[in-house]
Amino acid sequence: MSKQPAAVVGVGQTHHRAKREDVSMAGLCREAMDRALADANMSLDDIDAIVVGKAPDLFEGVMMPELFLAEALGAAGKPLLRVHTAGSVGGSTAIVASSLVQAGVHKRVLTVAFEKQSESNAMWALSVPLPFNMPVHAGAGGYFAPHVRSYIRRSEAPTHVGAIVAAKDRQNALKNPYAHLKNPDTTVESVLASQMLWDPIRYDETCPSSDGACALVIVDEDTAAASPNPAWIHGTVMRSEATTAAERDQVNPQASRDAAAALWKQAGITSPIDEIDAAEIYVPFSWFEPMWLESLGFAEENGGGWRLSESGATAMDGRMPVNCSGGVLSSNPIGASGMLRFGEAALQVRGAAGEHQVDGARKALGHAYGGGSQFFAMWVVGSEKPTN
Amino acid sequence: MTRTLSAPVTVAFDYTRSTGPVIGRFLTGLRDGQIVGGRTSEGKVVVPPPEFDPVTHEAITDFVDVAPVGTVTSWTWVPEPVKDQPFDRPFAFALIQLDGADVPMLHALDVASPDEVSTGMRVQVRWRAERVGAITDIEAFEPATDAGPTGVEALGTNPVTGVVVPVSLDYLYAASPEESAFYRGLNEGRILGQRCPTCQKVYVPPRSACPADGTPTAEEVEVSQTGTITTFCVVNVPFLGQKITPPYVSAYVLLDGADIAVLHLILGVPAAEVRMGMRVKAVWKPREEWTYSLENIDHFEPTGDPDAEYDTYKQHL
Amino acid sequence: MRDVAVVGFAQRQMPEFDGSPTCVELLVPLLAECYEQTGWTRRDVGFWCSGSSDYLAGRSFSFVQAVDAIGVIPPVNESHVEMDLAWAMYEAWIKIQTGEVDTALVYAFGKSSAGVLRRSLSLQLEPYTMTPLWPDTVSLAALQARVGIDAGVWDKAAMAEVANRSLTDAEKNEYSIRKGGSSVEELLARPMYADPLRKHDCSPVTDGAAAIVLAAGDKAREVREKPAWISGLSHFVDPMSMGTRDLTRSPSAARAAAGVDLSGVEVAELHAPFSHQELILRRELGLADDVRINPSGGALTSNPMFSGGGIRIGEAAARIWSGEISKAVGHATSGPALQQNLLCTLEGRS
Repeated sequence: MSKQPAAVVGVGQTHHRAKREDVSMAGLCREAMDRALADANMSLDDIDAIVVGKAPDLFEGVMMPELFLAEALGAAGKPLLRVHTAGSVGGSTAIVASSLVQAGVHKRVLTVAFEKQSESNAMWALSVPLPFNMPVHAGAGGYFAPHVRSYIRRSEAPTHVGAIVAAKDRQNALKNPYAHLKNPDTTVESVLASQMLWDPIRYDETCPSSDGACALVIVDEDTAAASPNPAWIHGTVMRSEATTAAERDQVNPQASRDAAAALWKQAGITSPIDEIDAAEIYVPFSWFEPMWLESLGFAEENGGGWRLSESGATAMDGRMPVNCSGGVLSSNPIGASGMLRFGEAALQVRGAAGEHQVDGARKALGHAYGGGSQFFAMWVVGSEKPTN
Repeated sequence: MTRTLSAPVTVAFDYTRSTGPVIGRFLTGLRDGQIVGGRTSEGKVVVPPPEFDPVTHEAITDFVDVAPVGTVTSWTWVPEPVKDQPFDRPFAFALIQLDGADVPMLHALDVASPDEVSTGMRVQVRWRAERVGAITDIEAFEPATDAGPTGVEALGTNPVTGVVVPVSLDYLYAASPEESAFYRGLNEGRILGQRCPTCQKVYVPPRSACPADGTPTAEEVEVSQTGTITTFCVVNVPFLGQKITPPYVSAYVLLDGADIAVLHLILGVPAAEVRMGMRVKAVWKPREEWTYSLENIDHFEPTGDPDAEYDTYKQHL
Repeated sequence: MRDVAVVGFAQRQMPEFDGSPTCVELLVPLLAECYEQTGWTRRDVGFWCSGSSDYLAGRSFSFVQAVDAIGVIPPVNESHVEMDLAWAMYEAWIKIQTGEVDTALVYAFGKSSAGVLRRSLSLQLEPYTMTPLWPDTVSLAALQARVGIDAGVWDKAAMAEVANRSLTDAEKNEYSIRKGGSSVEELLARPMYADPLRKHDCSPVTDGAAAIVLAAGDKAREVREKPAWISGLSHFVDPMSMGTRDLTRSPSAARAAAGVDLSGVEVAELHAPFSHQELILRRELGLADDVRINPSGGALTSNPMFSGGGIRIGEAAARIWSGEISKAVGHATSGPALQQNLLCTLEGRS
């Protein structure tokens, strides 16, 4: 038995900001949902089921917030699921939502992922000290910086590549009306001049902490027929491994490589760099662009990634445009960040990405990762119905 | 000896919630001594107002003042209040339908014993003197008097848009049996790992399940107090809850005899001189300060030996 | 729809788990039991999904270490829900329905005793106007119980009858942590706790974990002579507000019941953490008088958070495997006062 075809026909997101003090959690979610529904030309009454994604509940201080949100999200009287797979959750949630359609169980599913990080403090929530342990961790940056250092050593990368990526994504963000960071003056030089926070990661090479949400409407083949520009789902993959294990490759984790291989196979792609027209890759720290480019098979391991980033190939007009939306580096409502990657990929193949549209994009990658580079969620969407 | 070590841990944060217009309107009312409901598309007055209409899903915009007096539709007795409840002595929670509202709201009811509560009884608001725009601006409900509740002055002019909700939870955190063995070793000045019987890798700390194959680690292995820095970062950023003053070097140290690195602090060398491959040794706190903690090792410092070759630790990155 | 069956089930329940909140030590023997029941290794499992709560554990990402129990080299196709085991099973069932995989193992865990459970659950409420009052979960259930009593929908004797039957049946369940029935009269003579609830009307604080194995078609037949085939799986949610809901009813349970075929059900394992909630569920499901309710003793005798619902499905499946019955329903609930409900019908047809 094969999967039922499914397509994204509505994408919505909030204006992402450090603090969205004008809205409640429900208001934040509805802002994204209402845009997605309007895009899909539907109302909440047309929706069969709702899938909510969000990262740790400690961020908002509400245990399973989807329960109190149920009515405001229009989920009362419908099936409601809540996914949580760490930073990859936005991607995982979109995959769970699409599987409801691919299984033939529902025809029209709305999925929303959000984070209202300003209700608390992400660094606090991620670094609550445990008894008996040594509290040397310093949030996500402190966690990932040593692995970035390992990549630089392993691939012999010049140290300015991280700044090239950061400047590129920040410039891309200027073309995205929803992006959080809008700093037209960001250049490679200004990034290099910014404070070293978690050496080797500089301030301007890190993602912001944002309030925001993203929503998608995912439908079956019959419903998609009414859409002028459905983004067909060509492949979805989730893979997990351990946070720490003896001799685990923490720069290029096996779960990432396995996920990519499975994804390309599902989507019938043999040369990602030639066949993918736009990629939205989860890059919370700029160095993860070259790291994931290698892991995903866009470039050779141990150096192909930084060479691609350094060459300008990942710019909007380059051979392999990455994060034309500005990416996680420009907007990071953690729980929604993965879904934003998935949604932005859909916008590209729908020709609906506005100013940051890659001309003629036909196949795009949406990618998310989470935990200690251990949870991966990816999809490929295309402007044409998949043939396999 | 108990199987596991445990210690209390408190997870606490004062959450700063933005309310949006509907809840903000309700809380503004409370601050000003007025209870505000929302009228739904079906004409029902609901308190507190729902943010979105249950039928049309549109934002609620029709607000209605209701009375500070109402009727108990259900109640329960709280014989053993938990921390932060409206009272630290026994009290009642009640569902109270205020005059002018079509459905009840939840709040505390201050009476001395369950004998003084009944469904259908009339109750009134007891306002707090200091009101900030929070549900706790209502101190509690109390049995209605002939005079009715004392009216109160509005306490502000700007609408309430946010509310601070302190959340503090106390837990008893337990280490796993394997971790407990590790911490007990540290209390004796030893660094204990365990070998996985399936893949033979030595885990420090030992694990309830070897992450590679799911087998609990078993055979105890005391590892060296000397090892190699595989990779590290220099933390320059201060953050809430941080216990070590930046800048400091947090490094993965692969102890000789172990197959996985531990994360610890590097001192005794300028941060700029810390290198991948640097050989380091554990520096313990004075023995009288030892507990069951990785903090017994104050930090690691360079041994002065030549750096380890990259090939000897590259598979640990 | 593909034919999918429950073919494995393992559980652990205890008043206080002497171990870490990640529960890895608890999961290892559970998974081993699943392998033993199925004859599989971890490599035979196509999809994994777990359920747990960060607030139960008191830390963010409390679930990430749980995958260690699987052994994740090579990496696995895996997901996690911040929900009960029953919904983790739902996600796995969906995954099998897509055709992507044929088998799944789902698990859930929670150490409720690490904090003050009834207080921690206040964090599940509307955070602006409810949580600041810290209405504990027992108080909310008690408010619901009184609404039904006042309305004459149920009475204290009916509640005590539920408790007495559960405590009696629990004597045969090695995992129940509260057991020993007496009589309705004796139970009603016991002191009131959260009026109108007595302690035996409330599920005990329970630590634990559970795992369920699903397999499609021939894979299921290879494992068991009588797989417990999932003939229906349906779940819905209601609004949370205690004010706008008719607390004597559970529309989401009724909707779920309409989404499955309950005719011919011999056993119903209902996840009712409070005695009166069983009475609500029986009514919403329209169960006939001869349906055996909670022969395991049910949630009143043992209710590990985040696996308590899934355990109901596992208990129902076990009775089908044994040939004791040929049709059962397992139910799971979540949220205050039966806000969210899932039903899974299981059949022993060959």
